[in-house]
Amino acid sequence: MRTATLNRLTPYIFLAPAVVIMALALLYPLGYMIYGSFRDWDPSQTLGETEFVGLSNYFYLWQDASFRESLAVTLKFAISVVSVEMVIGVGLALLLDRSLRGMSVLRTLFILPMMIAPVVVGLMWRYMYHPSVGIFNRTLESAGLGSVDWLGKHALLSVIIADIWQWTPFIFILSLAALQSLPRSALEAARIDGATGWQQIIHIKLPLMMPVLIVTCLLRLIDAFKVLEVILVMTEGGPGLSTEILALRISRTATEFRELGVAAAMSNYLLMLLLLLTVAMLAYNKFQEMRADRARRIAEEAV
Amino acid sequence: MPAIQLQQLTKRYGKVEVLHGIDLEMADAEFTVLVGPSGCGKSTTLRMIAGLENVSGGEIYIDGNPISHLEPKERDLAMVFQDYALYPHMNVAKNMSFALRLQKRPKKEINQKIAEVAEMLGLTDYLHRKPAELSGGQRQRVAMGRALTRDSSTFLFDEPLSNLDAKLRTQMRAELALMRQRVRKNMIYVTHDQIEAMTLADRIVVMDGGYIQQQGSPEELFKKPANRFVAGFLGTPPMNFLEADIQHDGGHTFFRGKGFSLRCDEATKRRLSGHTGSGIVLGIRPSDLTFDPLAEESIELNVAISEYIGAQSVLICDCHGAKVMVELKSDTPIALGEKLNFRVDMESMHLFDPETERAIF
Ligand SMILES: Nc1ncnc2c1ncn2[C@@H]1O[C@H](COP(=O)(O)OP(=O)(O)OP(=O)(O)O)[C@@H](O)[C@H]1O
Ligand SMILES: [Mg+2]
Repeated sequence: MRTATLNRLTPYIFLAPAVVIMALALLYPLGYMIYGSFRDWDPSQTLGETEFVGLSNYFYLWQDASFRESLAVTLKFAISVVSVEMVIGVGLALLLDRSLRGMSVLRTLFILPMMIAPVVVGLMWRYMYHPSVGIFNRTLESAGLGSVDWLGKHALLSVIIADIWQWTPFIFILSLAALQSLPRSALEAARIDGATGWQQIIHIKLPLMMPVLIVTCLLRLIDAFKVLEVILVMTEGGPGLSTEILALRISRTATEFRELGVAAAMSNYLLMLLLLLTVAMLAYNKFQEMRADRARRIAEEAV
Repeated sequence: MPAIQLQQLTKRYGKVEVLHGIDLEMADAEFTVLVGPSGCGKSTTLRMIAGLENVSGGEIYIDGNPISHLEPKERDLAMVFQDYALYPHMNVAKNMSFALRLQKRPKKEINQKIAEVAEMLGLTDYLHRKPAELSGGQRQRVAMGRALTRDSSTFLFDEPLSNLDAKLRTQMRAELALMRQRVRKNMIYVTHDQIEAMTLADRIVVMDGGYIQQQGSPEELFKKPANRFVAGFLGTPPMNFLEADIQHDGGHTFFRGKGFSLRCDEATKRRLSGHTGSGIVLGIRPSDLTFDPLAEESIELNVAISEYIGAQSVLICDCHGAKVMVELKSDTPIALGEKLNFRVDMESMHLFDPETERAIF
């Protein structure tokens, strides 16, 4: 009896150190931040000296036009990069899912951008967008088309392009993996049934890839809401507030405006948004599992 | 004119050749069955006809036109896959109607067709289920159904009944036989099951190791197998093979092997006239060995195992090291280890050259 109890406890005993470390490293700062978000907090004060202000930091943010602007920029950025990346990534995967000579080299080339450090990506694109010596404007000018004020007038578009360049490969490799694990024989059956290449994509490939695509999309959204380095390096949020995504706004509120409580409240809003997406993803996975379980049960009863 | 013709059809995977130049002609609306041991190239042949594997050499003709460069959908055929190949995300009705929906047939016609085929295959109650919610046998029937809803000119079946239980298999076999009479289409059918092959086929093609060993009507193949492989492959329980020497003694010819000596009749002597060499392999079907304690031309067998299969029992016997199977009425009183005398029917005996393994007629 005792050994049985011990056996049951074994995994928890092994897990315990990791759980303790995780709790300290994760929950302590998190709790600190949540606590701080209810206080009027200046960086010169310790948390104990601050005044409790209830939810006023949270309410204040909704009247703050800059915060609303920043939220809008973040949403615009995240939604546009993820949708464009999904289309290009999945499209490329569909195009490159064939066994031709040199295909593996091509695939490796395609995933290179993802492996470059974000700061480097930011620097690289900043030089490429440079008004006079950047490659884009030099090319446009030599073609006689005049120059574009990339990081000035079209700053948001410019950072969106850079992000698409960096993160499309992520969607590409996941879609390619999904494609290559599709049941080959179902595709053969579709060919026999008379489906053209396009019809195979619409009726067989995409529906079967859907579970992977949905999870990939949610993962990318979570990531896109947290984006910081590339934009920090390229525009620092400017000009004006045109590329000031939430992460930048939080850091500016904390350092420049010295409003730690407000910054903490803003972080919590972002956290809630991300939590929502994560829960959506987990719920979707759970739902898929339940569906598979149900199918298995029905199949067993069918015999 | 032959409806489907394979000419020197060859398949190589890299350097390995798995089909070595197959020649085959199938008449219009003929039911052709490909049989052979696992890995002999049946599926490969079928998939090349379907257009799923490219042709490494030779050509496939349908009604005289070369088709090996055509896409599967241009060949107008339906296929049942060995592993079902159902569309996992579509329910049974959608699976069966996929081809028709692609062709933009009227809804009414599609529904009617599905209802008809589902009724025939006993799938009416399952039309709204996804493949994952079906048992293996039901999935196989859906795969069948998907092919049957189409009215292609050629049907390809890759072991369509292999996962059904015995009862359902018999029933489906009968359905197939009926369907075969109703729809006069080209059908090419791959199976392991001899009964399926024998009962359904107009023409059986026996394959082994990437070669066609023999082709012909079921009766032809059963009665006149061209070589030892075909003889051993068709028929249950399988044919017995006994090695013997040909000896001439006092104007008679004898087959003498370990523990038996059989005197040839005149007809058998004539068959031997073209055969040089002193050795021979005797092929005797279990059904051609009759229990008869008093017979002259007989062999004595030592009963080792008795397999009861109903009215008949199959006895696996030992004949001085050689394994011999015989059939016997189950109520014959015999004991394991007993020595029994079996009469050999000379006329129905098959003779094979021990070197080439070819049959001697
Ligand atoms: N993609 C492939 N690459 C290399 N060899 C292959 C490939 N597909 C099949 N083969 C080989 O070709 C031969 C014929 O295979 P095939 O699938 O036609 O056999 P089969 O007669 O259908 O067998 P079974 O009755 O087990 O289905 C086998 O020896 C197999 O190993
Ligand atoms: Mg096969």
